[in-house]
Amino acid sequence: MSVSFQPLAVSAFTATSALGQGLQSQLAALAAARGGLRPNDFSSAPLACWIGRVDGVEEAELPAAHAAWECRNNRLAWLGLHQDQFIERALDARQRYGAARVALVLGTSTASIGATEEGYRRLDADGQMPAELRRPLIHAPHSLAGFVAEALGLEGPCLTVSTACSSSAKVFANAERLIRLGLADAAVVGGVDTLCDSVLFGFNALELVSPEPCRPFDQARRGISIGEAAGFALLERIDAAPQAPRLLGYGESSDAHHMSTPHPEGLGAELALRDALARAGLGVEQVDYINLHGTASLKNDEVEAALVTRTFPASTRASSTKGFTGHTLGAAGILEAAFALLAIEHGWAPGNHGCSTLDAACGPQFVLDGEQRQIDVALSNSFGFGGNNACLAFGKAVA
Amino acid sequence: MSALQVYLEGVGVWSAALADFAALKARVHGEEVTPPAARPPATRLPANERRRAPESVLLAVEVAGQAVAMSGRDAAELLCVFSSTYGDQLISDYMCATLAQAPAELSPTRFHNSVHNAPAGYWTIATGCQAASSAISAGHASFGAGLLEAATLCVAEQRPVLLVCSDIAGHGPLGDMSGSLASFGCALVLAPQVDARSLYRLDLTLMPHAAESLQPGPPTGAWHEANPTSASAWPLMQNLAHGEGACTVAAAETLALRVVMETPA
Repeated sequence: MSVSFQPLAVSAFTATSALGQGLQSQLAALAAARGGLRPNDFSSAPLACWIGRVDGVEEAELPAAHAAWECRNNRLAWLGLHQDQFIERALDARQRYGAARVALVLGTSTASIGATEEGYRRLDADGQMPAELRRPLIHAPHSLAGFVAEALGLEGPCLTVSTACSSSAKVFANAERLIRLGLADAAVVGGVDTLCDSVLFGFNALELVSPEPCRPFDQARRGISIGEAAGFALLERIDAAPQAPRLLGYGESSDAHHMSTPHPEGLGAELALRDALARAGLGVEQVDYINLHGTASLKNDEVEAALVTRTFPASTRASSTKGFTGHTLGAAGILEAAFALLAIEHGWAPGNHGCSTLDAACGPQFVLDGEQRQIDVALSNSFGFGGNNACLAFGKAVA
Repeated sequence: MSALQVYLEGVGVWSAALADFAALKARVHGEEVTPPAARPPATRLPANERRRAPESVLLAVEVAGQAVAMSGRDAAELLCVFSSTYGDQLISDYMCATLAQAPAELSPTRFHNSVHNAPAGYWTIATGCQAASSAISAGHASFGAGLLEAATLCVAEQRPVLLVCSDIAGHGPLGDMSGSLASFGCALVLAPQVDARSLYRLDLTLMPHAAESLQPGPPTGAWHEANPTSASAWPLMQNLAHGEGACTVAAAETLALRVVMETPA
């Protein structure tokens, strides 16, 4: 019954972030070293920090048929689904395989908690959720996947993965297993997380939020900037899309160390990396680019820089793109998977935006500026609270 | 349709009325059972963590510990999947109330305990488990989707998997939305191959387009209807307590999962 891992085609993908809507906006900003962070104009009470806010979310009203799911997080999902013809590609897959043969696996850390927060700010005279927000579906972690399943009319396995900041990286692993075992023929994966008071004030309480735009891997970095994003990818067997870039492997691990700080030697991160390389059958010298977790927190960047420096040859390029977009939390996995796929398709290794002087722990793999180079294999790292780690490996289609 | 076969090696259960799987079996057979202490003991956690951990973590760790102990396996070797419909509703209620009144006073500890994977985090730290761990949700199909995910992981990776499904009782305006009135957790240890530990073989089959058969019947007032996890897990938990049977649980909105218990050989 056991079948070994087979690479899958990423036959369509899309991303929307503070850099703009859709892949062209992302690519143009990455290539022009134009960041998307702005002074916080979002939280319900003032908080001096910078955020990666997506323009246009408020206008992306859901169609009346899906009104039960109305909330800002699902508006960002709806906006994201409409970029790069993703919704058409997903509906085409449903048509080709049948609604029950397309799985849906989405990552989110806070789903639509923003709507719950709003309800608590506007409780009715009886101290209950106001009438307009008395919709149980949006006050649950499955709000995002429930909405997207309905919007795409998918009836296969449907799952929300919520492992904090590794959520929408792990979805590739869930989907691959379902396809490998024949429980689905294709999968829509992705993730959406929107700005909300919970994460802005929560990370602030943990003293992890930078007062200035975040500076990943800078020796004077002062913490994270929080962002929001939506991203989706369509996974199919390679024969369905032989020219598409591929998911070559993935690795997952647990630190077993601490709820909110990484293992000091990066043990869990290294286990996930080794697992991904082993599954993909890759040596470290074959890795051209790594999109790092690189949150700009003191501890994460120190540990991750040391891992990259001791593991990869000088020819590998490594950067964090969180200086461009902010840390998009549960959406970071899919957003940065999209950046890794763009790097492969366009031969562009993004720079470490926001960083001016690299931390002493950074080896020759780290450079400040983006550069044009051939990228056949790209990795993406995502690490979450609770010591939850994921590493994805993508590659160019081979003839 | 596609089928998965996994071998059940351990079961954990906890509710306000049931201390463990033995208590569930006794109750299903009409015997009186002594209710457990108010807080799940969660003895797998170090004492200091046990004092500080939120109820959602204690509940998940308690049932996980029971199932792993029954299996006789080393917890550190098990891949793990933690499923919950609502996660820690009490912390969400606290956070939303605090954010509405005094956002700058939000507790950093409660914030990091609010992540959906907090039980997975505490469990892997307490057991030294460095294997992959996941935290998932699927609305009212969270139990069936969790079982499908755990069985998929078990067969795909050919490794034993711990599945933990739990929900605590809600509170405040959010509790009003969730309708979860009691706490309940259950856990299963699944293995890909038969061996001396095997209690039952579970044959799992996906049954698509099953919206009609997944419609819940009218409420009967039974205890297991007061919590989303016990409501969805009940058909299988009942069969496990009887030691035989076949049942259908929801794996997604219109996707049913047929679960047939067989003797392991």
